Formats: sequence, structure tokens, C-alpha cells
Amino acid sequence: MSVADQAPRFASPVDHRMWSERIPAPWWILGLILLLLPIVANNFWLFQIMGWTFILGMIGLSLMFLAGYGGMVSLLQMSIAGLAGYMVAILGPSGAANVSLGLSWWIVLPAAFLIAALFATICGALAVRTDGIYTIMITLAIAAAFFYFTRQNYSIFNGYSGFNLVLPPKLFGVNWRDPLPFYYLTLACAALCYGAVVYLARSPFGLALQGVRDNPRRMAALGFNVTAHRVAAYALASVFASTGGILLVWQNAQIAPGTIGISSAIDVLVVAVVGGMRRPLGPFIGAFIYVLLQVFSTDILGFFGFSADRFKLIIGIGFLAIVLFSPDGVLGLWDRWRARMAARKAATTGGGA
Amino acid sequence: MNAPVVSSRMNVPGAGNASSGNALELRGITKMFGALAAISDVTLSVKPGERRAVLGSNGAGKTTLFNCITGDFLPTAGLVRFFGEDVTVFPPHERIRRGLRRTYQISSLFTGLSVMDNIYLACCGVSRNRFSLVRPRPDDALLQAAEILVEAVHLTADKDRLVGELAYGQQRQLEVALALSGAPRFVLFDEPAAGLSPTERADLVTILTSLPAHIGFIIIEHDMDVALRVADSVTMMHNGRIFKEGRSDEIESDPEVQELYLGGGHAHH
Ligand SMILES: Nc1ncnc2c1ncn2[C@@H]1O[C@H](COP(=O)(O)OP(=O)(O)OP(=O)(O)O)[C@@H](O)[C@H]1O
Ligand SMILES: [Mg+2]
Repeated sequence: MSVADQAPRFASPVDHRMWSERIPAPWWILGLILLLLPIVANNFWLFQIMGWTFILGMIGLSLMFLAGYGGMVSLLQMSIAGLAGYMVAILGPSGAANVSLGLSWWIVLPAAFLIAALFATICGALAVRTDGIYTIMITLAIAAAFFYFTRQNYSIFNGYSGFNLVLPPKLFGVNWRDPLPFYYLTLACAALCYGAVVYLARSPFGLALQGVRDNPRRMAALGFNVTAHRVAAYALASVFASTGGILLVWQNAQIAPGTIGISSAIDVLVVAVVGGMRRPLGPFIGAFIYVLLQVFSTDILGFFGFSADRFKLIIGIGFLAIVLFSPDGVLGLWDRWRARMAARKAATTGGGA
Repeated sequence: MNAPVVSSRMNVPGAGNASSGNALELRGITKMFGALAAISDVTLSVKPGERRAVLGSNGAGKTTLFNCITGDFLPTAGLVRFFGEDVTVFPPHERIRRGLRRTYQISSLFTGLSVMDNIYLACCGVSRNRFSLVRPRPDDALLQAAEILVEAVHLTADKDRLVGELAYGQQRQLEVALALSGAPRFVLFDEPAAGLSPTERADLVTILTSLPAHIGFIIIEHDMDVALRVADSVTMMHNGRIFKEGRSDEIESDPEVQELYLGGGHAHH
């Protein structure tokens, strides 16, 4: 089954309700929990688990935007995130003072987003001429090429060792790498990216992207330049990936070729598929599951006497199970469970009447 | 029903060339599929505002002709001019932005979107808004244009339904609406009446005959009644070639045509 079959569906483009009325109650509860989480959660949970979840979720979100709305499965999103992260390290200050330029953050951040967007646009222009499996292959090839390039290039990417001591700027006197500020920083970025994708899906561009996914020939017959639309989607998706990539560098305080290796590229796909590519929430769910498994598999596996390396095996089996049993990911399972509950409820009330 | 179906608000690129003769001009169009010549050496011209019916048996090459005009296929040989401009190698969207429109013989709609979304998309496609990242406000000009179109094809009651849930006839009506978005100057209708009930057919004829006079079209139609009621002139195709052209009344009374096409249905028996 193709991604297109599980496309998100919406009501009319104009919703007359106030924005606050449009958000269903579970969302308010989730928002409240996330906002108040620091009261109960320790630093490890805030920084390692939640911070990483949001970051991985944003990179997965950029893939969800391309694949779910555009029908383009790109394995490039980690490279784009990594490039933005690298740019922060290269243009800004880092431990590798001989390579890093040490510019101030208000030049570094826009430049990082722009360069990553440019890279995404060029790669997108190459990738959109292909379809299905070939898109996956060409984006994987570019990701691999970029990985080896960063490993071998010392003048810009500082080769194998990469960059360490890449720290966020101390804006407003806050050390943004402290667990509490970092948690709220990543939460805010994730919420913004999520909101942006939800909003964009109903904009003319987003609607047209879904049209291009479902019926490119008809879109051309309506006056749309299908190729331009797809390339623009790559550029737009790069914003979410770059946000994740920059936060990732700050979280680790370092970036090296290993960050953008092939396995990381595939992890992004796993995250998006496990969570569900139908909706923007999917990648965040997928990222949460992935991070929990990654962090706690050592303990669980150790308890049963296995080596911690088996973590990838668990992820792999989980991935297989999801792909086989729920092509819409965990969110798809949730949907089906709700549908079944609704049906059962209808049956019991119908029987009672 | 006689609400203005089509707005002329938008500027159409290339509109300046309109003075020079024909809306559509085909010279020696040939399209080969491997060894099969689906159409061969078709030369045809249609004046602005003219309404032409194309008749012909199954496989005569009518749809292929449309595909060459819209750029869905590039012709193997020949020249396509649209309002004086050589568009032979233009991609489809460039032709659409110049005021060409088409419908498909087999409905080609966005079944996962609502009726309104389908038409709104069509309106975006021919406007500068197509890349807009901003959601439309309720008073958005394109949304209003879409509302007018929804009404023009009598789908107002179903405008929020998913297109996949519509009845066949309604989908055909939507197909027509998509071809009337923006400021069309010339429309290609590929068997819009096929499979419609008599009432729906009558409805379609009203929609077509009440189009603004400056909009010309070509309609492929097997139903001679529909074709002759909406068209001023007729082109008959057979085996990928044009074998007869003329005013509707001439064609209707032409004995050869009656023999070949109308068979017994009209005059004999
Ligand atoms: N994409 C294609 N590839 C190969 N052959 C094609 C293609 N499209 C059409 N043909 C062939 O070209 C010829 C003309 O087909 P076309 O669809 O233009 O006929 P038509 O006049 O529209 O017929 P109908 O009344 O059945 O719609 C047919 O023999 C058809 O099989
Ligand atoms: Mg046909």
C-alpha cells in the first residue's frame, strides 16, 4: 500500500470557529501535561528523553510532510538536519577554533537555515524527477555521499572528528543547555513546527501538494507546475529538519559524521513509519517510542541477559510488526481501536433501545 | 442558473495575441504510439468563441487529439497554436495558465477532498496564489469564485461532501466545474455527457449554452442531440483523420454522415 492511500483528510478550507474552540480537549490536556512535566520529571527525562524525542520528532515531521502530503519518501532529512547543525558549528564558535568562524548567532542561525534550504532545494530538484523506490534510492545515495564527504573533508567539515563544544548562545542570560530551559526550548520548537504543518496542510500550497500526490496529471491540467511544487515542498520541509538539526547539535554539544550516517537517515524513516505518516503527530509518537527503546533497552536486554547491541533488533522487529499490522503506524492502531470502541458502543446502545 | 459562471478578474498571459485570428490552430498534428498512428496529419482551426463538436467512432483519436492540444502528450509531428502563440512544446500548466481548460473522459478528481476543495484547488491553479502558505479567509476572492462555480454546476448542497462519495452524475458535473475555473478562453470537453441521465444531460446543455460568448470550446460527444444543440460546427474523425467538417446543420443533413455515423437512429426507418 502506498503512502498516498493513507492521506490525511480534512473538512472545508475555512473554519469559522475561534482558534481556541477548534482545538479538541485532549490537546489541551496533552499541552498542560507537557508544560507541567518539569514538576515531576527529573533532568534526565527532560533533557535526554523528552528533548531528544522533540528533536527526532521534528526531523521525522519533515519527512512526514514530504511523504504524507507529497507522496515523496526522502531519506535525506537527516542530512539536511545535519547540514544545518554543521553550519552552526562551522559558522559559529566551537572547540575546533581553527575551522569554526565564530560568527555571532544572529548571522549563524539564519545562514544555517538558508544553506540547509538551498541544499534541500537542489537535492529535491534531483529527486522529484523520480518516483517511489527511485526517490528512496536517490535520496539515500545523496545522504551517503554527504556522509562520506563530511568524513573526508577537513577544511570545512573537520573530517572524522567533527566539532565539539558547540553551545547555544546565552540569550536572555539563560544557559539553554540546562535541562529545564532546553526542555522548554525543544518543546516550543516542536509545537511551532507541528502547528506550522497542521496549518500549511490547509493552505493553497499544502492542498496543492496533496493534489500533486494524488493526481499529478490533473494538477498540471489545473495550471500547477507539479515539479516546482514538489521542489518547494523539499525547501519547506527543510525548515523543520533544520530546526531539529540545530537543536540536536546543541543537545550533544557536538556534531560529527556519525550523526548523519546512513543508519541515522534510516532511523528517521523508522520513526515516521512507526508513529504514522498520516498525521503530523505521528513522527513525535514514533520518536518517543524510539527514544524510550534506545535509552532503556540496555536495562531491559541486560535483565534478560542479552547485549545492549540488540537494541537495533528490537527496533527492527517493532518496525516490521508495525509495517505488517498497521501501515498507518501506532496512530493507525489507535484509530482502529477507537473505531472499534465506537462500534461496540453503538451496538450496545442500539441493542438496549 | 444564469449567474456569471466564469470571472474575468484574472489577467491571462498572452492575452494580447488574441487579435490574430484563431483561438486554436492545429497544423499537421500526428501522434504515433509505437507503430500505431492514433491521429495523423490533423489540421484544424477554431475561432475565438466558436463551439465545435468532434464526432467519431471509438478509437478515432479524439481523446488523443485533446491530449496533444493540452500537452499531456507531445505530438510526434505538427504545430499547436493557442491564440496565435506557438505552444506545441509548452508543458500543460503553461497552456492552462494561458486560458486553455479541459475535462477528462474518465473523471479525474481528487476523491479524498471535498467538492469545495476540488474547485478551490482549480481556482488556485490559475491564480498567483498557488504557492500561498496562508490559509484563505472566508472573504477570500478565490473561495468566492469557487462558491460561484459550485453553484453554477448545481453542487451547492453537496459542497462539503467528499468527492469519492458523490454519485456518478455529480462527479461529471464537478469535472465540468474544474474546467471553468479562473478565466478560461477555450475549453476542451471530453464526453461530458457520457453516462448522464436525461435530466442531467439537459442540465449540462444549459450550462454549456449559457457560458459567456467569448469562451469557445470543443466538445467530444457521441450523443448527436447534445452535440448539435451546443455546437455551431462539427468535425468528424475516423481512424485518426478528419474526414468531414462543416456547420452543424450541414453535417446533420449530410447523407454520408447519416450513413456512417447516425446510422438508422435519426433519419432512416
Ligand atoms: N497512451 C496510449 N498508448 C498507446 N495507445 C494509445 C494511447 N492512448 C490512445 N491510444 C490508442 O490510440 C487510438 C485512439 O485512441 P483515443 O483514446 O484517442 O480514441 P477516442 O476517439 O477518444 O475513442 P473513444 O471514443 O473510445 O474515447 C486507439 O487505438 C487507442 O488504443
Ligand atoms: Mg476518448
